[in-house]
Formats: sequence, structure tokens, C-alpha cells
Amino acid sequence: MSAHPNIRIVLAKLGLDGHDRGLRVVTRMLRDAGFEVIYLGLRQTADMVVAAALQEDADAVGLSLHNASHLTLAPRMIDALRDAGLDIPVIVGGIIPDVDVQPLRDAGVAAILGPGASSDDVAAAVREAVATP
Amino acid sequence: MKTTWTSNHLFHPFLSQTLPQNPSVIATMTDPTSRNEWEAAFDAAAKRDTLFSTRSGVDQDALHGDGPHPGQYPYTRGIHAAGYRSRLWTMRMFAGFGTAEDTNARFKDILRNGGTGLSTAFDMPTLMGRDSDSEWAVGEVGRAGVAVDTLADMEDLFADIDLGSVSTSMTINGPAAIVMAMYIALAEKNGVEHTALSGTIQNDIFKEYQAQKEYIFPPRPSVRLITDMMAFTATEMPRWHPISISGYHIREAGSTAAHELAFTIANGFAYVEAALAAGLDVDAFAPRLSFFFNAHSDFFEEIGKFRAARRIWARWMKERYGAKDPKSQMLRFHTQTAGVSLTAQQPKNNIARVALQALSGALGGTQSLHTDSYDEALALPTEEAARIALRTQQIVAYETGVTSVVDPLGGAPYVEWMTDEMERRAEEVFAHLDDIGDGSILEGVYAGIDDGYFVSEIAEASYRFEREVNAGERIIVGVNAFTEGNDESEQNLLRIDPATEELQLKRLGEVKKARDDAAVSDVLARIRTDAADPTVNLMPVLIDAVKSYATEGEIVSALEDVFGTYVERTVI
Repeated sequence: MSAHPNIRIVLAKLGLDGHDRGLRVVTRMLRDAGFEVIYLGLRQTADMVVAAALQEDADAVGLSLHNASHLTLAPRMIDALRDAGLDIPVIVGGIIPDVDVQPLRDAGVAAILGPGASSDDVAAAVREAVATP
Repeated sequence: MKTTWTSNHLFHPFLSQTLPQNPSVIATMTDPTSRNEWEAAFDAAAKRDTLFSTRSGVDQDALHGDGPHPGQYPYTRGIHAAGYRSRLWTMRMFAGFGTAEDTNARFKDILRNGGTGLSTAFDMPTLMGRDSDSEWAVGEVGRAGVAVDTLADMEDLFADIDLGSVSTSMTINGPAAIVMAMYIALAEKNGVEHTALSGTIQNDIFKEYQAQKEYIFPPRPSVRLITDMMAFTATEMPRWHPISISGYHIREAGSTAAHELAFTIANGFAYVEAALAAGLDVDAFAPRLSFFFNAHSDFFEEIGKFRAARRIWARWMKERYGAKDPKSQMLRFHTQTAGVSLTAQQPKNNIARVALQALSGALGGTQSLHTDSYDEALALPTEEAARIALRTQQIVAYETGVTSVVDPLGGAPYVEWMTDEMERRAEEVFAHLDDIGDGSILEGVYAGIDDGYFVSEIAEASYRFEREVNAGERIIVGVNAFTEGNDESEQNLLRIDPATEELQLKRLGEVKKARDDAAVSDVLARIRTDAADPTVNLMPVLIDAVKSYATEGEIVSALEDVFGTYVERTVI
């Protein structure tokens, strides 16, 4: 159970990919839906995201991945959170081919949002991920 | 409004306070001389060897409507009198993945099939100036394009290809000077003269801060690299296009059509002012500037945008920047259909979207066109999808008959109104940039990057669109309407072999082992010295550096020591 009245989520892009349109839109969607969003933006490392999640007492981490690097970067994020003792869900959005969905879930990704997800879909996915122990 | 200023003003790009905010509107003319001049130019132009009549046997006159006619200032109706009757647009398809050797094989395939234009996509680490063995590169080596770390990779990329007889397009921006230095160094090794090199390097850094976000250094030193490249190519490589001013990425990031037009052309003005300030003569470099626009789904708006782009550029180049050579006033552009308009749902519907977007490019008078593949919302295109995309533009070019008449929509009230409207909206942006730049568009663009103007305008437009789709106010077929069929199983998608990364790391390790490290350190020190002196052109030392097999990442680091590293100010 979060110490904050609203769900707090850290949003970031890992690695070099500069496609930030989706993450910017999701930031505003979630803010409009009452979430507290900590937008880290581009060129973040897993360690930078962990530091922000600790400092901001975040309830979840959202990653936007568009460069076919999701199978490398998402598990790395989950390991870094675990190493820091943070038990919060990781939600991935972006271009994720169907065949990669199960491997990402097996690696511990709580939810995967593809192109065309509505603002309601995004908000519901974050709420559910945070509510699921 | 009539412009009243004299030729004395023409070479003072910073004196814009004296300029009309909306340069004179050229009245539609029915001047018979203009028609006679057009006929002379049309008769002199080569024609394609094909029928210019409909299947029903109706002859299609090449020109309809009033002047200024195609090929006449301000070129609203096209830069050539005969349009596509002379020559169709270039069907240029962008590709590249894996190792340099993989892409080399594809290049040779293109050349064997009669192609002469090679187009290179680089992977993310290369685009960002990071080596394949950098911590940042993990998972991204060879994924979205070819990995180039050192001159050795450039040697592999162009092995057994005569650089003097091909035209090479390289899509890279932040480290463009280094990659161009590699291409030049390779030509020198192969005994090809600089003057024989032909091609284009994208090299448009402003849109990186505004939209695509593949920047490395802060804006001012980045522009110094660009003006160094413009100066170097102006004297050494007359067939090379040192910059392709790109609105494509601005639109993909979510801007409106009017802002794509306005920001792109403003960036063009800014590069012109930077080159003038560096002492170049406008007619020495302007004929080699080219543009790159998006063809999105709002059909008539796109056509109006392309037509307005030509008119604005012609007028400003002539009136504000004093260009005398008509080639300096003619806006040439490449078009790519809107990747962002493709849907992951019912992906084959994208073939129809691409066809209509390609048609708008043709009706807008593009010089070259890339049509997106229907599966690109999901992954890099498969070969089959890429072939359908090429066939789509061939159908537009050869079957629809729109290429028989020059600017076939010219004079249509809605099209002319939309052209005027796009121009009017763009002029509002120019006035804003001129204002915040104290009479300089260049300073205005720097200021708009610093204060988040571009980024927040683009973010606002993309969020507005998203809300409209979410609310069902705008229909996107297969996304918020007509969704039956969305559950059909996924297509075959292109997968990049993960072994590419290991191969590239091995290659880089071998190159580093074989080179003379002392020579590398020496040349990196020279880069720092030259970078610190803004009067020195950096191209010669960069060419020396790549010849020593210094890596792209090492050269970038040396430049960062002097230039610094750009960090975006976050604006949501």
C-alpha cells in the first residue's frame, strides 16, 4: 500500500533511443488521470531510474522502448530494482512484437502496452500492476 | 503587400526588423510572356518516352491554369517547367541493418539491379557517437541500422564499390562530420578524388534538439561543425549535399503540418544565416541545400504544405538573403510517407494509407520519395513489405496519370487556399522566431531550443491528437473504429540476429589492437586544439583522425572535452 494518496510512477527511456513522443503523451495521460508522474525522459540508465524511484518513493516504473532493445533493457531494469531491494512493478510500453511478450512477462514485466493503447488502458494497467502483490 | 527594400539590404541577414513580416504576395498572373517563357522552357526539356494521354485517348496537355507557371519564381507550381514529364521522382528506399558486411551485400544487390543511389541507415550507437563497446550500446548494436565504429567498418561497408560512380545518402546528424570524414578518407585510400564524390548527408542538427533528440554537443558548436562541412564541401566536393533540412522527424514527433513546414524552413534560414556569418557566399552553397518532408494523411493539407514550402523558400532566399542564382531559390525536397500514421492494428490497411500519402507527395511535386512498408509499426520491414511499398509508388507514378500534367491541382480554389493558409501559418512562426532572435532567425532558433518552444509546441500537438483519437472525435480505422479483424495473428517480422553485436565487438577489438595508439592520441590532442579555435575548419583534422583508426566514440569524446555535452531541458 502506497504512502501517498495517488500512485507515483517514474517514467523513463533507457538507452540511446530518442523516440520520446509516446512517453510524453503517456506522462500527460497519467497526470490527467490523477497519477503523480516523475518524468525522467531520455538517456537514462537502470541505476538512474532506481535512484529516482528510491528518492521519489515511487509505486511503479514505466519504460518506453522502441528500438528492439526491450529484451536486453527491461530485464536489466528489473534486476537493478531487485538489487536495490525495491519491490515495485515495471510496465513496458512501445513496439513489442507478440513473440516477445511472454519472455518479457517471464522476466518479471508486470504489463506491456502496445501502440493504440488508450489513456484508460494505460491508467488501468498501472493501477492493476500496483495493486497486484 | 509589396516589398520596398533595396538591394543594399540583401546581404544583411540580421537586419530583419526592416523586413515585411509576410513577404509580398505574388498576384496570380495571366501575363502572356510568362506563358511563352514556360513554353520555351518546356520545349527545351527532355521528355519521358511514354504516352501522355488517358486510356480513353484524351491527350493530356502538360500545363493548365495561370502563371507563375512551373519553373517560374516563386516556384509554387514546381521548380521544373516540365515536371514529371521530364523525369519521375527518384524512388529512394532507405535501408540498412546488421554489420557493415551485411549492408555491403545489400548495396551490391542494388547496384547489380541497376540502382545508382545507396542509402545508409546507421544503428543507434553510431548515430549517438558511441562505440559498439560502450556501455550505452548494449542491445542496440546493428539493430536499427549498420554499426560504424572506425574507418575499417566504412571500408567493409563500401568494399568493391566505386565511390566515384555511386551517389551515397547517409542519414546521420550529431556525428555527421566524423562519418563524412570516414567516407572522404576511404575515397582517398581508393584513389577517388574528392570532387568525384556525390551524395547527401543529413546533418540537420536543429531538428534533433526539436524533435528526434539524437544530439551530442550543444547547438552552437554543432552548427560550427555544420558550417565547417559546408565550407569544406563548397570547395572540395561540389557534387556533395552537406545538409538535408528535415521536417520529417518534427512531424513524426507529433507536430502539425504547418509547424513541420515552419520549423523546417526556419531551420533552413538559420543554416543560411550561419553560413553567411561564416563568410560563405549564398549562391556558393544554397544550390546544394535540400529538404526532407513528411507526407501524412490529411491529403490537401499536405499538398498545400509542399507548394507553400517552395514559395516561401524562393521568396526569402531572394528577398532576405540576396540569392541571385535561381537554383538558390528553388526548394528541392525528398518525401517519406508518415511512419507514425501506420497502425499496428490490421497492418495491411497501411498499404492504402501509404498509397494516398505517396499520391500527395506526387501532387506536391516531390523530387524523391520513400514509401513506408506496411509492417513498420511493428518492426523493421520485411523484404516482401518493402517491395509492396516500392510497387505502391510505382503504381502512383506509372498508372494514375498524375505525372502527365505539371502541378495538376494548381489553380484549384481549395488547393490554392490551403497553400496560402500553410504559408500564413508558417510566416507567424517566422515572425515569432525573428522576434525572440532580435532580428535573426538563427538566434531565434537557438532561443526556441533553449526555452523549449519547439519541444512544447510539438508535445502539445501530439497530445491534442491523442485526446481527439481517445475521445473518438477523430477516426483512425482499426484503432478506434472498424476494429473487426484486429485479432488476426501477427505477420512475419524481421528479426535481427543477436550475433551481430558479438561480431561487431570482435571487429572493433581487432582494429584497436592493430592500430598505432600513440598516433591516435596525437591526433585526438590535435582535435581538441583545433576545436578550441573557431577559426579553424575541423574537417582536415577529422580526416586525419579517422585514418589513424581512432573510433567515432573517441573522436566524439575529444570534441566533447571542448564543446561540452547537450542535456535537454525537460518540458512536458
